[in-house]
Amino acid sequence: MRTEAVLAAVLLAVAACAPQRLPAAEEGAARFGADWESWRADTNVADLASVQRGARNFVSYCLGCHSLKYERWSRLGADLKIPGTLLEQDLMPPGARAADYILTSMPAADAEAWFGKTPPDLSLMVRARGKNYLYQFLTTFYVDPGSQTGANNLRLPATAMPDVLSELEGLKTAVFRSEAHPGAPTEQVLDHFEPLAPGRMSLAEYDGFVRDTVNFLDYVSEPTQLERRQLGVWVVLFLLVFSWLALLVKREYWKDVH
Amino acid sequence: MTVKTATGSAAALPKAGAGSAGKRFWAWVNKRLPVDEFLASQVTEYYAPKNFNFWYYFGSLALVVLVLQLVTGIFLTMFYKPGEATAFDSVQFIMREVDWGWLIRYLHSSGASFFFIVVYLHMFRAFLYGSYKPPRELLWLLGMLVYLALMAEAFMGYVLPWGNMSYWGAQVIVNVFGTIPGIGPELVLWIRGDYGIADATLNRFFSLHVAAIPLALLLLVALHLVALHQVGSNNPDGIEIKEKVGADGHPLDGIPFHPYYTVKDLVGIGVFLVLFALVVFFVPTFGGLFLEAPNFEPANPISTPADITPVWYFTPYYAMLRAVPDQRLGALLLLLAIVAFLFLPWLDRSPVKSMRYRGWMSRSALAIFVVSFIGLGYLGMQPALGIYVIIARILAALYFLFFLLMPFYTSLETVKAVPERVVYHAH
Amino acid sequence: MADHAGVAGSDEVDLSRRKFLTRATIATGAVGAVFAAVPFIESWSPSERARALGAPVMVDLSKLDPGQMTLPVWRRQPIFVVRRTPDMVKRVSGHDGELKDPKSKDSEQPSYADNELRSRTPEYLVLIAICTHLGCLPKQRFEAGELSASWPGGFWCPCHGSRFDLAGRVFDGSPASVNLRVPPYSFPKERLLLIGADEKGVAS
Repeated sequence: MRTEAVLAAVLLAVAACAPQRLPAAEEGAARFGADWESWRADTNVADLASVQRGARNFVSYCLGCHSLKYERWSRLGADLKIPGTLLEQDLMPPGARAADYILTSMPAADAEAWFGKTPPDLSLMVRARGKNYLYQFLTTFYVDPGSQTGANNLRLPATAMPDVLSELEGLKTAVFRSEAHPGAPTEQVLDHFEPLAPGRMSLAEYDGFVRDTVNFLDYVSEPTQLERRQLGVWVVLFLLVFSWLALLVKREYWKDVH
Repeated sequence: MTVKTATGSAAALPKAGAGSAGKRFWAWVNKRLPVDEFLASQVTEYYAPKNFNFWYYFGSLALVVLVLQLVTGIFLTMFYKPGEATAFDSVQFIMREVDWGWLIRYLHSSGASFFFIVVYLHMFRAFLYGSYKPPRELLWLLGMLVYLALMAEAFMGYVLPWGNMSYWGAQVIVNVFGTIPGIGPELVLWIRGDYGIADATLNRFFSLHVAAIPLALLLLVALHLVALHQVGSNNPDGIEIKEKVGADGHPLDGIPFHPYYTVKDLVGIGVFLVLFALVVFFVPTFGGLFLEAPNFEPANPISTPADITPVWYFTPYYAMLRAVPDQRLGALLLLLAIVAFLFLPWLDRSPVKSMRYRGWMSRSALAIFVVSFIGLGYLGMQPALGIYVIIARILAALYFLFFLLMPFYTSLETVKAVPERVVYHAH
Repeated sequence: MADHAGVAGSDEVDLSRRKFLTRATIATGAVGAVFAAVPFIESWSPSERARALGAPVMVDLSKLDPGQMTLPVWRRQPIFVVRRTPDMVKRVSGHDGELKDPKSKDSEQPSYADNELRSRTPEYLVLIAICTHLGCLPKQRFEAGELSASWPGGFWCPCHGSRFDLAGRVFDGSPASVNLRVPPYSFPKERLLLIGADEKGVAS
């Protein structure tokens, strides 16, 4: 409990300092997105409700193409404290058994044909790229008529993934400006995003949606992380006590030495 | 009737009732195996200098980490499946589906990094107090062999999870062997067992990592300890304590290893375990230094990670490899950088052992060497561009000058008077 | 710890504090060592994968005719699932004198199988198909008179000749000494058998 309180306090402090993606009311969309590279996910795996929402988001919007091939449904249910019936009704696809791994129904060959690349398994994506990377990836899609899918992404330019969350986020275009660098080619830097059409969610709602989903993927990346930290507190305390006792013994014996 | 032994004297069996059952049991054992004799000569009657300081913890700590790696490694091998198709998945199996698998894995991965932290500090002690100087040259060489075996062990161990950095790290390092004139390309093909890093490479690295090198390590560590006990330990004052013996035949400045150093080392172990536990339980990836991010993606022969760098403990040498614009010369420099250590006992011409009594030249040289080594280590983790390359070249030069100029500055400088007896303050 | 030049002798007070502290530290260390050993020992337990593969097995009985047997696998063990005819049910009784353990006192079965027929219902017999002698797979010999004139029907093990009746009870003269084991099972629906789970939940 204490660890979580301390952790929460630290995270809140960090969050207060972290650049907020959501622009201040007065500025509106003026320079929205200019600081996208410093956007942070600010998630906490200990927030069970958030991870649960993320699980639901994943099943609804990601499982169609992406698998979580190292995670079982039963493990998900147990760790996220989702009772079996709810797990089966709301999350598991029909026909799946609790002990099955979470696999996508999209055949890999078809995916390769449609997108040019197999959508990667996401079990370890947060550990491989980082949660800030994922957060930025899901929030910097923009309309690009020149691309295969009609969309492009700032975090991963020319991504093969279409903007599947546009129905929630809405559509936006990216306005670039050139930045000259001495002795290097001029760079196209994002100036700001221009909202094109609204989605079903407000900016704040979509932001929460993305954070929950990233939080869930953080959990899937390492399901034992909470247990690890909780156990760690006890182990370190024990070792401190042991070291102190050993020190007392050492001092006692070394009284002999002159 | 009396039973006669081969020498003709009467064999005496322990009389019934002579001592407790425990004592009689040990008497029986000691007649057949020199247990008590060994413990006395190596532990309870083995005299070590009484002025050991902080730098003397790391030998016993290295032994602790060795045992830790062996035990956790044995258990990992029960679940890990070597092979291109199964390795990566089996590591996830350990992390997620084996009870406590995640803990055993983190102990082993953190243990590897802590092994090098401890070993580098252990080696630094030798630099501080001249522990490689006569009569400890062989002790030092054996230690260097342990270091080399450790580097091979760590390199191969890193390939086993078959992540993308495992694959590409193996690719780069094995290719370095290709620079050897004449036999290079053949040698690389022979090491790999295939035209690129493949299943064959993984499997043979598994065998070497799990069986061959641990056996070699155990042998080398045993020899290292035997060599140490043969000449006795050095100390922070660089004085040979055996030269001043008391009436009882023991060094005046020595104390029995047990109980004094067993008890002291226990404290060292406790503190070490606290730091170790903090990493294992709270920051096992250590910001990507101990478990690198690209390794959480499976090996992909057609996708190189953005920056291929070896794990932190190899980066000083990696920086030197990259500092030279020529591939062959860079590899040669890397080899020389490691081989240089072997010549220390003969490069060091100082009449005194310990830095405490050496002149400003030796001290400055050592300080510069340490800065170079750490600096090169940092640079080895960065992309080899611009100012980084220039600084790497300067630091590499300083690194080699430390060795090359040593015969000169160690014999030219003015040294201080070495005391007769060790400097000891009660604690 | 006697007179050595570098080491002073110790007095009585020190010795007892010394002993106490040493013992306290050793005790703490021992406790730590035990806790440290636990993860390694528990790592040998069946993994999540083994437990998943060891989940209860559903068997569809609608295609099983009377007198027939099917052999599904549960937790890597073959299971006899026999649909006994009324005649086979009758042949379970009448030879208690020839059995080693007619009342199944020494054998392993759930409470609902602790009866003469060793099953929940007379119609279906569910047994672990591993001979209680040394573990071979017994063969079915359901017909009366198949093995000898007085043979009432049951199972015969080809490895060392152990014989069991149509409730899995072991005959005298067999190398095996314990009746065939009954796994936990239940019938979630008619003609649907679930091996490995019953009222108590999933078998541990």
